[in-house]
Amino acid sequence: MDFSHILNSKKITLSVVLSIFSLLFTYKAFAVQEQKTQEIAVESKEAEKFDPSATILEHIGDSHYFHVGGHIAFPLPVILYTNKGLEIFSSEQFEEGEKVYQGKYYKYALIKDKIKAVTGEDKTIDESAGLIDFSITKNVASMWMSVLLLFIIFFSVASAYKKREGKAPKGLQSLLEPVILFIRDDVALPNIGYKYQRFMPLLLTVFFFILINNLIGMVPFFPGGSNVTGNIAVTFVLAVITLIVVNVNGNKYYWKHIFAPDVPFWLYPIMWVVELAGIISKPFALMVRLFANIMAGHVIVIALISLIFIFQTLGIAPVSVAFTLFIDVLELLVAFLQAFIFTMLMALFIGSAVEEHHH
Amino acid sequence: MTGSIAALGAGLAVIGAGIGIGQIGGKAMEGISRQPEAAGKIQTAMIIAAALVEGVALFGVIVALLGNK
Amino acid sequence: MELVTPEWGLVAWTTITFLILLVLLKAFAWKPIMSAINDREKSIEDALLKAEAAKEEMSRLTGENESLIKQARAERDLILHEAKKVKDQMIADAKEIAHKEGARMIELARVEINNQKAIAMADVKNQVATLSIQIAEKLLQKQLEDQKSQDELVAQLLKEVKL
Repeated sequence: MDFSHILNSKKITLSVVLSIFSLLFTYKAFAVQEQKTQEIAVESKEAEKFDPSATILEHIGDSHYFHVGGHIAFPLPVILYTNKGLEIFSSEQFEEGEKVYQGKYYKYALIKDKIKAVTGEDKTIDESAGLIDFSITKNVASMWMSVLLLFIIFFSVASAYKKREGKAPKGLQSLLEPVILFIRDDVALPNIGYKYQRFMPLLLTVFFFILINNLIGMVPFFPGGSNVTGNIAVTFVLAVITLIVVNVNGNKYYWKHIFAPDVPFWLYPIMWVVELAGIISKPFALMVRLFANIMAGHVIVIALISLIFIFQTLGIAPVSVAFTLFIDVLELLVAFLQAFIFTMLMALFIGSAVEEHHH
Repeated sequence: MTGSIAALGAGLAVIGAGIGIGQIGGKAMEGISRQPEAAGKIQTAMIIAAALVEGVALFGVIVALLGNK
Repeated sequence: MELVTPEWGLVAWTTITFLILLVLLKAFAWKPIMSAINDREKSIEDALLKAEAAKEEMSRLTGENESLIKQARAERDLILHEAKKVKDQMIADAKEIAHKEGARMIELARVEINNQKAIAMADVKNQVATLSIQIAEKLLQKQLEDQKSQDELVAQLLKEVKL
């Protein structure tokens, strides 16, 4: 918790370290290259010309397949909303993005992992379809699994509380009780004040939702491997929920502070603009912070692993693995820290909206 | 070309945040060493302040990402 | 650009998922958990308060007991003291009575003895007197048997009388 400044500086230091040790390994790579290239060339076509940024973008982005490992992947259901109606089929139909699928209303193709309505086999995008993709993507599936996990965990904990009423906590219950009490005593109570009880369910849900998605995202294979909280759509939803909760619960002091602050009246128009920008920018910052932190973690891990393929040598693997391990441990901390900061700032914003006196 | 310039922009934003968060961390350390009993409160305030500074830097990074493609 | 553009499908699914999660966890997890924690905290606080109260009650009772014991002891002492006093009184009374009675009896005995002595003395006196008279009679009879001794006596007596 107290090392957050280090966590952030890692983004600077890491690039320096990366560049230094990539320099060190460049010349060694040439030496080994010739033996290795043959093996790698056999393995796959892409390995010949490895594009790290494409790999990274593919890994942190969403997908219509759930990769288990190697070339094994689950196809996921595709749900499309078009201006003619709903289309539901399996992503298997695309055959790894090779084929164009003839749906009920339009032809669809997978272009850069995104489903587009096309006019024909040449994959020319048909804009007239008004396509909105409501597919169960990798992120949605992963999110559902973590939600399921949350249900299992907290329903069992709740039943433990019912069963062991008035007794000391035990097992999972005693693991989670300090966390719940931490949210209550160190996050909700000091920031919101005596009205905290109304917001406890929201704060707890947000905290554990972010935490579990952060942690599952760190698992490199199925059922992890997705980048749920590092996807801007997810953090966008959380930020919008914060925005709504804060402004719905804002009392008259909160609104007075925005619309009639203690400044000369001719400054009001400027203040309104500033305050309205503040209302929007607070949740916006929340959204960006969580998204960027988690995404950066994934990017760094994949970048480190990519080094092996960039230099096409196994010699770099130990270094790469060691650094990945280091970053993973750091990300473990970040997973907790970001969940905490999101909840903390949410409580802070709610607190400023329900506070009785502003001055 | 735009990608590199965007990366430079992101780097510049991160420099600012690094200085800011460094200041916050350093001052918090000073504060804690001066008043170890207030360590808990200082840490919480420090994390919030660091998060706010970091948020501004991340805006820069996001703008850089926007300009990337 | 693509990275920071939210996909509406994922936004919709996240919203739905999160709201379901919030509602279900609120109803079936947070409510029982928070109420259980609050109840337990309250019960612990109550227990502590009760313990404190019991402790106070205990000390109060102990104090009371002590004062009771003290009182009882004082009472016992008082009773003992009283009893002793009564006993002493009784003994003293008895002694006095016995003394008085004894004195009275002695007095009575003395009176009786005196009486008896007086009677006896009177008797003795009577007898002595009778005897004396008898002796004197006899003596006189004997002495005054002749005229001469009678004369002598008269003479002697007359000599003794000094005028």
